[in-house]
Amino acid sequence: MSKKETTVREPYFHIVKRTSIPWWKAWTIRILAVVAALVVSGLITVLLTGEDPFKVYGTMIGGSFGTPRRIWGMAQNLAMLLCVSLAVTPAFKMKFWNIGAEGQVLIGALATTACMIKLGDSLPTPVLFAVMIVSSIICAGIWAMIPAYCRAKWNTNETLFTLMMNYIAIQLVSYFSYEWSVPKGSGQIGVINSASQAGWMPAILGKPYLANILIVAVLTVLMYIYLNYSKQGYEIQIVGESENTARYIGLNIKKVIIRTMLLSGALCGIAGLLLVSGTDHTLTRNLAGGRGFTAIMVAWLAKFNPFYMILTSFLIVFLQKGATEISTIFALNNSFSDIITGIIIFFIIGSEFFVNYSIKFRENAKEDAK
Amino acid sequence: MITAFIQRAVVQGIPLLFGSTGEILTEKSGNLNLGIPGIMYVGGISGVIGAFLYEQSLTSPAEINTLLAVLIPTLSCIAGSLLAGLIYSFLTITLRANQNVTGLALTTFGVGFGNFFGGSLIKLSGSDMPSIALTATSNCFRKTLPFADNLGWFGEIFLSYSFLAYTAIIIALVSSYVLNHTRVGLQLRAVGESPTTADAAGINVGAYKYIATCIGSVIAGLGGLYYVMDYACGVWSNDGFGDRGWLAIALVIFAVWKPSVSILGSILFGGLFIIHNYIPNLTVAAQELFKMLPYVVTIAVLLIVSMRKRRESQPPESLGQSYFREDR
Repeated sequence: MSKKETTVREPYFHIVKRTSIPWWKAWTIRILAVVAALVVSGLITVLLTGEDPFKVYGTMIGGSFGTPRRIWGMAQNLAMLLCVSLAVTPAFKMKFWNIGAEGQVLIGALATTACMIKLGDSLPTPVLFAVMIVSSIICAGIWAMIPAYCRAKWNTNETLFTLMMNYIAIQLVSYFSYEWSVPKGSGQIGVINSASQAGWMPAILGKPYLANILIVAVLTVLMYIYLNYSKQGYEIQIVGESENTARYIGLNIKKVIIRTMLLSGALCGIAGLLLVSGTDHTLTRNLAGGRGFTAIMVAWLAKFNPFYMILTSFLIVFLQKGATEISTIFALNNSFSDIITGIIIFFIIGSEFFVNYSIKFRENAKEDAK
Repeated sequence: MITAFIQRAVVQGIPLLFGSTGEILTEKSGNLNLGIPGIMYVGGISGVIGAFLYEQSLTSPAEINTLLAVLIPTLSCIAGSLLAGLIYSFLTITLRANQNVTGLALTTFGVGFGNFFGGSLIKLSGSDMPSIALTATSNCFRKTLPFADNLGWFGEIFLSYSFLAYTAIIIALVSSYVLNHTRVGLQLRAVGESPTTADAAGINVGAYKYIATCIGSVIAGLGGLYYVMDYACGVWSNDGFGDRGWLAIALVIFAVWKPSVSILGSILFGGLFIIHNYIPNLTVAAQELFKMLPYVVTIAVLLIVSMRKRRESQPPESLGQSYFREDR
């Protein structure tokens, strides 16, 4: 055998996990990804509408910020998406893949609706609100705890379990939509207590959505403190990083899992409460509107940091509003926003690779021929 | 009435069978593809786009060529769902992105893609059709065996379906055989159970994951095509496909990751999906309760499987985790 044939062939590049990356570098990569995504979705929009791309982006911004009414609508949407994202965060930090937020929100909303319909006329407002809050938190909390308990006890796959629970919740809501429908048999609950406005979130300073926004703002700060500065937050992080480590240091993993999912569910319940009592004043099976799924992406893109989540949920809400505006103006189908959202998320997910890994090219191709 | 019920159940079950066979192959490679509902939309609409363009190119519906009418939508469906599968594979396998997030994003994208083109195709192509109704193409897809009608209940239950329905069953049987009785299947299962071990044994983990995920996506996409062309008679309605994609994922659990079980499972799920129409004296509200049956059954199976802890019926060990060789 000649010497040439015995040389070891090295691949042209290989991938190495980064141990750390300066924050500015990480954020440059992410911002580049968002820019690239905007360029690609801009191109697609131009291909479909044949309009000037800058005009298209102008339309998007106008659709979101054009009038004070639109700004409030967007802030309200942002708050609701943020609320659900906050709710799913503790469980995800623990690597518990709860994709049942949609159902948990609906169950919270269902409990709230039941209180408003059945007790709306008989209880004084403060008591009614207390009952609404307690019942939505308990119902959604228990709903979320069932898969958590099974995961802790029998190691049941939580992704699949929580996914299935969504559809049971949706059908339950459908069932009650018929039971409580106005007029009977229409399958629509309609605006609840439209005359008395019992159980409606009060308008602050004349702004109907301000109460919701303030509540979510407070929750954001509380969640940040809980995750970063409390003992329970630390326990969640340990279980998420390594269950073996958690077991080794004597953590009761089952307890942490169940407690965290209870918290997740309870927050989803609050989101349901805010949706029914603060914005929609009715209950439909589409009330959560896919937020349970979008929230997962929001939380993940923000690296589970509640303050970054404000940014990521803003990005998503802005895109959805903007794309809806484009589709209205250019007479396209309003699912256009889903396509744009999907593309942006693909790019951001993809960019995380370059944050976490670096590609090392073969340093000197000629040298290893020796 | 019983024969009619079984027949309807099978028709309802076929899209689920496509979806779940595709998802089983994908999950066996360790990829939990939650983008399947989106991929089924993409498959359906790609087929519709192909058929739409073909029908537009004809001067009259009468001169339709059966072979082309079947081939063009099928190929465009395969191309569309293959692309969707490639997006997922590239992100999760090459870029090692989180599978749940990628899958959900793909579902958002795919459902949006389907509804967008479903709603805008006519405007974009500048045609004068009032709505997407591909009756001529659908008739080619819906051709059944000519003698099925003469065989009474036997013909109606077993022989009354179009060719795609039998394709679904054949694909499931072939998948089952490949998974359990061939070297490729053994290696695929090894990749899903423990990619580290498989890699050490010299199996190309990345290639197996890519191929399994892409083939799985194509099979699932055919489910979307079957729904539009056969079940819906070529009429695309936005969100018409509904939550069947998630039901297909439920069926994977119900079938404990065995394609052969999912054939019967799909018929059962199809039956559960429509049983509310066949129970007399149900109120509309109670019908809504009956619609949760497939999901309740799935949860029951998931619970029983996890409680019994039989090794054969567990999810693939590395399901949902990206593989990086240098990880410990």
